Amino acid sequence: MQDVENIVNGQKLFLKEEYQEVFKNKQEFESNMGSVNPAKVEEIAEWTKSWDYREKNLSREAITVNPAKACQPLGAVMAALGFENTMPYVHGSHGCVSYFRTYFTRHFKEPTPCVSDSMSESSAVFGGLANMKDGLRNCNAMYKPEMIAVSTTCMAEVIGDDLNAFVQGAIDDAEGELDNTAVTYAHTPSFVGSHITGYDNMIKAILEQLNPPKSEKVLDEERINIIPGFEPYLGSLKEVKEIAASFSDKIVMIGDHEDQWNTGAGEYELYAGGTTLEEARTAINASSTISLQKYSTIQTSKTIKNKWKQGYETCNPIGLSGTDAFVVKLAELTGKEVSDELKLQRAQLVDAMQDSYPYMHGKKFAIYGDPDFLLGLVSFIVEMGGIPTHILCNNAPKKGWEADMQAIVDKSDWANECQIWPGKDLWHLRSLLFTEPVDFMIGNVYGKELYRDTNTPLIRIGFPIFDRHHLHRYSISGYKGALNLLTWITNSILDHLDEETKDTGKTDYFFDSVR
Amino acid sequence: MSEMLEELQLEAIKEVLEVYPAKAAKSRAKHLGVDSPEGVKGACDTTRSNKQTVPGVMSQRGCAYAGSKGVVWGPIKDMIHISHGPIGCGQYSRGGRRNYYTGTTGIDTFGTMNFSTDFSEKDIVFGGDTRLKKALSEIDELFPLNNGISIQSECPIGLIGDDIQAVAKKHKSESSKPTIAVSCEGFRGVSQSLGHHLANDAIRDEVMTDTSARSDFQSTPYDVAIIGDYNIGGDAWATRILLEEMGLRVIAQWTGDATYKEMAIAPKSKLNLLHCYRSMNYISRHMEQEFEIPWMEYNFFGPSNTTASLRKIAEFFGGEIVANTEAVIAKYTKMTDEVIAKYKSKLEGKKVMLYIGGLRPRHVIGAYEDLGMEIIGTGYEFGHGDDYKRTKEDLSRSTLIYDDANEYELEQFVKKLRPDLVAAGVKEKYVFQKMGLPFRQMHSWDYSGPYHGYDAFAIFAKDMDLAMNSPVWSHTKAPWDKQEVGA
Repeated sequence: MQDVENIVNGQKLFLKEEYQEVFKNKQEFESNMGSVNPAKVEEIAEWTKSWDYREKNLSREAITVNPAKACQPLGAVMAALGFENTMPYVHGSHGCVSYFRTYFTRHFKEPTPCVSDSMSESSAVFGGLANMKDGLRNCNAMYKPEMIAVSTTCMAEVIGDDLNAFVQGAIDDAEGELDNTAVTYAHTPSFVGSHITGYDNMIKAILEQLNPPKSEKVLDEERINIIPGFEPYLGSLKEVKEIAASFSDKIVMIGDHEDQWNTGAGEYELYAGGTTLEEARTAINASSTISLQKYSTIQTSKTIKNKWKQGYETCNPIGLSGTDAFVVKLAELTGKEVSDELKLQRAQLVDAMQDSYPYMHGKKFAIYGDPDFLLGLVSFIVEMGGIPTHILCNNAPKKGWEADMQAIVDKSDWANECQIWPGKDLWHLRSLLFTEPVDFMIGNVYGKELYRDTNTPLIRIGFPIFDRHHLHRYSISGYKGALNLLTWITNSILDHLDEETKDTGKTDYFFDSVR
Repeated sequence: MSEMLEELQLEAIKEVLEVYPAKAAKSRAKHLGVDSPEGVKGACDTTRSNKQTVPGVMSQRGCAYAGSKGVVWGPIKDMIHISHGPIGCGQYSRGGRRNYYTGTTGIDTFGTMNFSTDFSEKDIVFGGDTRLKKALSEIDELFPLNNGISIQSECPIGLIGDDIQAVAKKHKSESSKPTIAVSCEGFRGVSQSLGHHLANDAIRDEVMTDTSARSDFQSTPYDVAIIGDYNIGGDAWATRILLEEMGLRVIAQWTGDATYKEMAIAPKSKLNLLHCYRSMNYISRHMEQEFEIPWMEYNFFGPSNTTASLRKIAEFFGGEIVANTEAVIAKYTKMTDEVIAKYKSKLEGKKVMLYIGGLRPRHVIGAYEDLGMEIIGTGYEFGHGDDYKRTKEDLSRSTLIYDDANEYELEQFVKKLRPDLVAAGVKEKYVFQKMGLPFRQMHSWDYSGPYHGYDAFAIFAKDMDLAMNSPVWSHTKAPWDKQEVGA
């Protein structure tokens, strides 16, 4: 029973004797019915750690177990929230939107605006036009957006709704109510690609639909666009903008969702920050665009390069060399000198890397996550002398990514010890960790089950992270972001060292106070 | 006060309706109203519910898949539940409901894992049956201790016309393991509620018809089944302990911490105890009809409700169970009285607005009232008419009733009525916290709990005190900012 002086929640309540008795009785009951067999559990658990199991596991073709990816419309919602006063609108059932809002809200600990037009059986039969007609009007009246960014769900895609005709039909039907609201739309079928594909499709749609035809382009030599990509680190957006501003005030971030998920206490407002629609509508005028995530902007790049005939660059400013390349590119495009501040930041980062390298050098890492995130992270691990033993990308693009990753890995002295695993999930990773163990894992929240099973410490970097607070507020980009990465990784290694050496009188040599 | 409150509530409804276009306003007006205990016929009798959500709003509702996989089937721990279709649904519904269980995850227990057929375009074009068939055999090879597989359909499955029932049937005959296909596509119905119903239908057709586990089951006169407890934060365990102390034997937990076989033996129960009426009344009715097992609703939120429910359950069994139960009540009453003594002075008179799913918009009212708190507004994300009718019994003052309220309405209602605490879901949480309002997530117990039963009431009281009386709310207004927050 609870002690009123010391009320405990389930964590400790269930450790009390009377609850342990409840568990024991139920387990016996389950066992008597033949639901569980403890001896068999042990046998199978051991088998799942073996090379035999690994082979069977890696040859799976049909079932995905514990994936490290999400679906297209989620990315489209992030893209939409990067624009000022924009309401993401998902054409489909509201169930999907509940999931997207929940997923982002759990990661950012912030509200996530997004509406759906609540399609159901009748829409499955007759199409979703009626929903869109009512939905766009209602959304516009209630949330007063400047732009409504429509994406689709798998349902709308399977029944083949024609977005172009629907949106136009809804606008015509709205008796002028939608005339001052931009309505952009993208097809984002959930059965193609992943959340980064959806991000790409929505950014491309917004840029194409808001900008005038190429013939009306008014070239602004000094203007440069930056597209951040599917970026779960709000601090990274801030830092990239700071670096860019040190070169020119005519660098514009397209799809800047930093403020939307970083509002303060005091009052709640639906929309916060974002790229202004004016900036979005003149994106075509820029001399060039830099994408910070090559594989989150594949389709967008085609519009910029081929349709707009604009300069197009990709930089991945995670880690030292990634940031160097970004800074050099900005210097080259703007014709400006690198600022003293940036020079100092770089020097400070390298200084810190020199201070901490012994703890990362030669350590083996398993890293999983989105394609561009991995290119940056692995590059940093290699710069520090770490060994990226397993690099796992569930949503790896078919073209180009593996070769890009191999080129990074080849810079390592341990290149032949590094394995790249495109298209694999976290249950595959479990087998890899048992058969070819590493010292540390880097990835999102879902790695914590692997930590429990394999005892491999997890360093939480990536998306989503639900079970630790406020990491998304920091940067992993730029020199300061690299310093954060260095701090998190090194200190996790030191935490682990303390954990391993803390037993008094047994392991506590090396339980040092000075490092 | 009550009249003033009622006036304010009516005004709030009027104000929110003003922003909608005419058609939507007409529809929403039917879902909003005020009820009071003395009212002859109030909103609880007239509120429209279980209807299509108005398009274009930020509804807090989920879908049929969420109701079937996320709520009912997902917590059955020794089965593998495949999210059949594209990758997203399984990923977003992974581990978020805190359906606690014991077991070795990945070996004989699979509750927090995500199995998906991860559809590509090819599966949409050519159909996903072949992939599903292969997935089933891969699962059996890699997870040999699974005690069955359920196939939870995502939207495309019904649309492309896959015959998942046939695939399941074939696999069942080949593997001799339960293999159950549930057509719970997200577009079906108007909310997760239809998913609960579809899930119950599948249990009726596939689990209740499986007599193998029942044949050599040794019954006792005191066998009961817990129905509609998903063991969020351990609720079912905090429930089970009381029933066991009364002298009853819990032979099944639906579906938190459940195994397939205990579901299958439930028709051997002497009484089905139904907590979440909305999600599980269907199967309780079926068991009553088919196996003549009586069922009764109970409510384990707060000591008043828990004690009343325990007595009602005991009365059914009579004899020594009644005596045992009085002893159990006496044993815990001292503790819960102390809890109330400790927290009531800090919470008394505080006004609460609720917005939740399932049973909680009415069930938790009593728990708040045990602490002297008042409910001034409540509503269901996906309730039906009978849920609202039952709510009336729990009202003790004029209460704003909102069915399928969206984010906009909730925000306006809260601004107008100025409650001291909002208790709803994660999507709403940060909206109200930003206004400086204490908030508790009443879907997931805000990562605390359990909240069912006597021991759990102590946690509930402590959590509400933590929410209401944290110093953080006093920091919302900056010293230089004269404007009142939340205004």
